[in-house]
Amino acid sequence: MKPPPFSYHDPRTISDAVGLLARLENAKLLAGGQSLMPMLNMRYVLPDHIIDLNRVDGLSYIREAGAAIEFGAMTRQRDIEFSDVVKTRFPIVHEAILNVGHRQTRNRGTIGGSLCHLDPSAELVTLAAAHDATVTIQGPNGTRNMAFAEFPVTFMTTALEPNELLTKVSFQSWPSGHGYGFVEFARRHGDFAIASAAALLEEDANGKIKRASLTLGGVSVVPTRMREIEKALVGKTASEELFRELCEECRKVDAIEDVHAPASYRQHLATVMSRRALVAAHGRVGRA
Amino acid sequence: MTEKRKIAVTINGKRYEEEVEVRYTLADFMRQQLGLTGTHLGCEHGVCGACTILFDGRSARSCLMLAVQADGHEILTVEGIAPSEDTLHPLQEAFRDNHGLQCGFCTPGMLTTLLEFLRDNPDPTEKEVRIAISGNLCRCTGYQGIVAAALDAAQRLKPGREA
Repeated sequence: MKPPPFSYHDPRTISDAVGLLARLENAKLLAGGQSLMPMLNMRYVLPDHIIDLNRVDGLSYIREAGAAIEFGAMTRQRDIEFSDVVKTRFPIVHEAILNVGHRQTRNRGTIGGSLCHLDPSAELVTLAAAHDATVTIQGPNGTRNMAFAEFPVTFMTTALEPNELLTKVSFQSWPSGHGYGFVEFARRHGDFAIASAAALLEEDANGKIKRASLTLGGVSVVPTRMREIEKALVGKTASEELFRELCEECRKVDAIEDVHAPASYRQHLATVMSRRALVAAHGRVGRA
Repeated sequence: MTEKRKIAVTINGKRYEEEVEVRYTLADFMRQQLGLTGTHLGCEHGVCGACTILFDGRSARSCLMLAVQADGHEILTVEGIAPSEDTLHPLQEAFRDNHGLQCGFCTPGMLTTLLEFLRDNPDPTEKEVRIAISGNLCRCTGYQGIVAAALDAAQRLKPGREA
């Protein structure tokens, strides 16, 4: 046995889970377990209570809601990968999720778990920022919605209160025919990305950019929307030269320095990844 | 504080009713409590893939699950792949014929992973096979034999596929 001793709770309803969370001291929520279980095995975390969400009803679904798509927090990454709606209306999500770990971890890992763990290099975190996601949070006093932009506070820390539970994530769709590109740099397939970029583009018939979304993942402690670049892109005619010039801005991002790469390397990768993501997005404009 | 729970789990078609410590991983439960040592443990934090099992038909790392989470579920381990004591599954035969294993440590995870993969994708390309086993580390074969075995197994499994 590797994990330290804890009490185990497996509630069946969201309100029971929230009730336990409010009542128990030093409790951790267990979603897909693909981050928490290694941390328990290595004893990086020592919770007194584990609240397992795997038997809670009504947390696993993918549904269309007008222009948005809603994911229950416990929806497995693998189900998102195989979803036809995601593939057709949120193609960048499909493209990026193939980089989330491996098939065995995607079978268990959940979207909500990934967002709450908030690893800076996590693909789903980057996508939630790119797609202007909204998160729904339930606590003892009811539910509240929050723009995902407000959700990450700092390194692996979310705006969730200790007694709150993420229940749902909605992504806003882009019009059919928008361009998309997700690229990442990792040492091996399935590894944590050292840097990634997600780009969405809407262009008019003449190739003039109407709307742009560009997000860096793995570069800073939280996902970074490159708003200045997005603004500068709008109204211009897409070209690799334009992307190259504007993406130089990514060198100014406050980057992480760790055992994998120094900050300057991440900043350099950020310029390359964002340019490639934009080039891919531009190349796909018009193809639904 | 050694909290325990009674669980009922079906492994390789056999039902087990056991009391288990809640902090036990599924892998340790199977290996240490049930003596099912076919599932191997390498890194024990979800990187090496040796402990891969099929959980309700889906591949999963048994080192990243708690035994209590398996209550009421069905598990297939490497011990349950062959149709009988003296017959190998076509995937296992393909591994033997293509030098898909040497020391055998990664093999339980490779087989369970590929069993699911070939069920989902019966006619894969070499690249698809390589991506499918990208979460399984092998330190002997250089992967060539394993990839060849997987592609061979896909052919063998074509008429009247099972599993």
